[in-house]
Amino acid sequence: MAMIGEKMTHPNDCIIEIINLNKWFGNFHVLKNINLKVHKGEIIVICGPSGSGKSTLIRCINRIEKHQKGKIIVSGTELTEKIKNVSNVRRNIGMVFQSFDLFPHLTVLENLTLAPCWILKMPRKKAEALAMGLLERVQIHDQAFKMPGQLSGGQQQRVAIARALCMNPKVMLFDEPTSALDPEMVKEVLDVIQQLAHDGMTMICVTHEMGFAKQVANRIIFMDVGEIVEENQPDLFFSNPRWDRTQKFLNQIL
Amino acid sequence: MTDLSDTTNDILIFKPLPDLPAPFESAGIVGWVKENLFSSKTNTLLTLLGIVFLWQTLPPLASWLIIDATWSLSPEPCPIENTGACWSFIVVKFRVLMFGLYPEEYLWRPILAVVIFVLVCTATVLRLVRTRLLIILWSVLPVLLLVLINGGMGLEPVEQSLWGGLMLSTGLASIGILMSIPLGILLAIGRRSRLILVKSICIGLIESIRGVPLITILFMASVMLPIFLPHGMDINNLLRVQIGIILFSSAYIAEVVRGGLQAVSKGQIEAADAIGLKQWMVTCFVVLPQALRHVIPSLIGRCVALFKDTSLVIIVGLLDFLGMIKASAQDPQWLGYDAEAYVFCAFVYWVICFSMSRYGKSIEAHNQWQ
Repeated sequence: MAMIGEKMTHPNDCIIEIINLNKWFGNFHVLKNINLKVHKGEIIVICGPSGSGKSTLIRCINRIEKHQKGKIIVSGTELTEKIKNVSNVRRNIGMVFQSFDLFPHLTVLENLTLAPCWILKMPRKKAEALAMGLLERVQIHDQAFKMPGQLSGGQQQRVAIARALCMNPKVMLFDEPTSALDPEMVKEVLDVIQQLAHDGMTMICVTHEMGFAKQVANRIIFMDVGEIVEENQPDLFFSNPRWDRTQKFLNQIL
Repeated sequence: MTDLSDTTNDILIFKPLPDLPAPFESAGIVGWVKENLFSSKTNTLLTLLGIVFLWQTLPPLASWLIIDATWSLSPEPCPIENTGACWSFIVVKFRVLMFGLYPEEYLWRPILAVVIFVLVCTATVLRLVRTRLLIILWSVLPVLLLVLINGGMGLEPVEQSLWGGLMLSTGLASIGILMSIPLGILLAIGRRSRLILVKSICIGLIESIRGVPLITILFMASVMLPIFLPHGMDINNLLRVQIGIILFSSAYIAEVVRGGLQAVSKGQIEAADAIGLKQWMVTCFVVLPQALRHVIPSLIGRCVALFKDTSLVIIVGLLDFLGMIKASAQDPQWLGYDAEAYVFCAFVYWVICFSMSRYGKSIEAHNQWQ
């Protein structure tokens, strides 16, 4: 495991540490003994069949889901019941959802400025300048004054990415960002994510886009029934899976 | 336009067909009439029956209401031989119907209040001022108008038992609406609280108020409350009734708003959590605006109902608009004009309620997000 990603240089670089994580929905054991370390600048792709717990895992990382056992530490702060810890962690993490979840009653620009204005107490002008810069980065600044409902799915998802970037996060979580998109729009979103990766953002991405995974990931994690079955560098993962379950999965989707 | 010259390098260039206008029969007035009035045999039959019905009822109604009616402004009862409505009755009783027994020498005060009220309403409906100013306006307005009507601050006080008529109805309704919407929203949010104490207090309040008719609440406010209050402590009757109306209305509004809160998807709350908003911000900036948007129609419905419900205050001795109509119809000098009185009453109620529902429609249209 020493050869994971070229960017792993220093043990202190560890930005997310998950130790022995267990989670239940009622009596259903969704996550079992998950251990994962994410280093600064690393790009991790999580794949696996539906119901394998991959979304739940990344939703635990910013405590949209609560875990019952184990530890999650995000840049030095452990996620506990303490509201202060949770908001601390959330400020460092941006998240993008499968269904975009832009706020439909606010303009694109207001969607972006909401958190900076209220959490960072940024003056409106400054927040808007920041938002416009980010919209430009995802190439959608010409739509800033529209309502989210007027945009296409791909555009909405790019706005959602910009919104997540507004709080200047250290890590980005993507929960199947292209699953709800028309095929013609997948690429524009993946391009933006790839650009982010290129700029050195740490990210964890749940996706079924294996081509994308191959291109940008430093590490691919394969999950099934709540466990991490296999993790490896992309080329080895695809060419030489160690477990039969992984092999079967890859045979199904490639 | 896909002639051969376009195909030289094996790629056909796609050009969409132009949009054509819809065929005549399916558009315009003819299309509408055909579609809506004569689309089937049953529909045609119903249309014809409707025409016959209107033919039979409209002309006599119009002649009573307008053509044969007496429009003179003279303060005497109309001659017996007139078959139409006698609108001079309304003219004579107009002051009482509008302001109750409010003393004549101070009448300019409620009139000024009405003018201000109508101006603010117009500004609201036509969206002449910004939302923030609107909120300030509407919070100052009740205080200002109350001072005008009640007296104080240099104005001669006028006893509350003399207030009445439409002024009293709209006053009770406006303050009722202004207070019960925020209170209802708070109750609805409280009902979804994770704090068990807050939650049970809210549920208790909502359910116990909703389980009782408004008349009972008014009776309790007016008759029973003074018995329970400590000796010497006295809240006047009008205020007690107003509080009763506010409580009653806010319980219903709470349930309406709760429906809207439930319609906001979980993803919205998660997204708001994920960008780091605190819980009150999630509620105020993300959940509530969407929830309220969902329930504008039923919220307006509650406001209309509240306005009409104010006519129940007659049973605790307040003479609102309907009360004054009733009293006027019983005036020995003007006996036999019940029809005019109640038609006028219905018309005024209708105009106000219909305006409210049109305003509701316009808020809905103004908040289309797509």
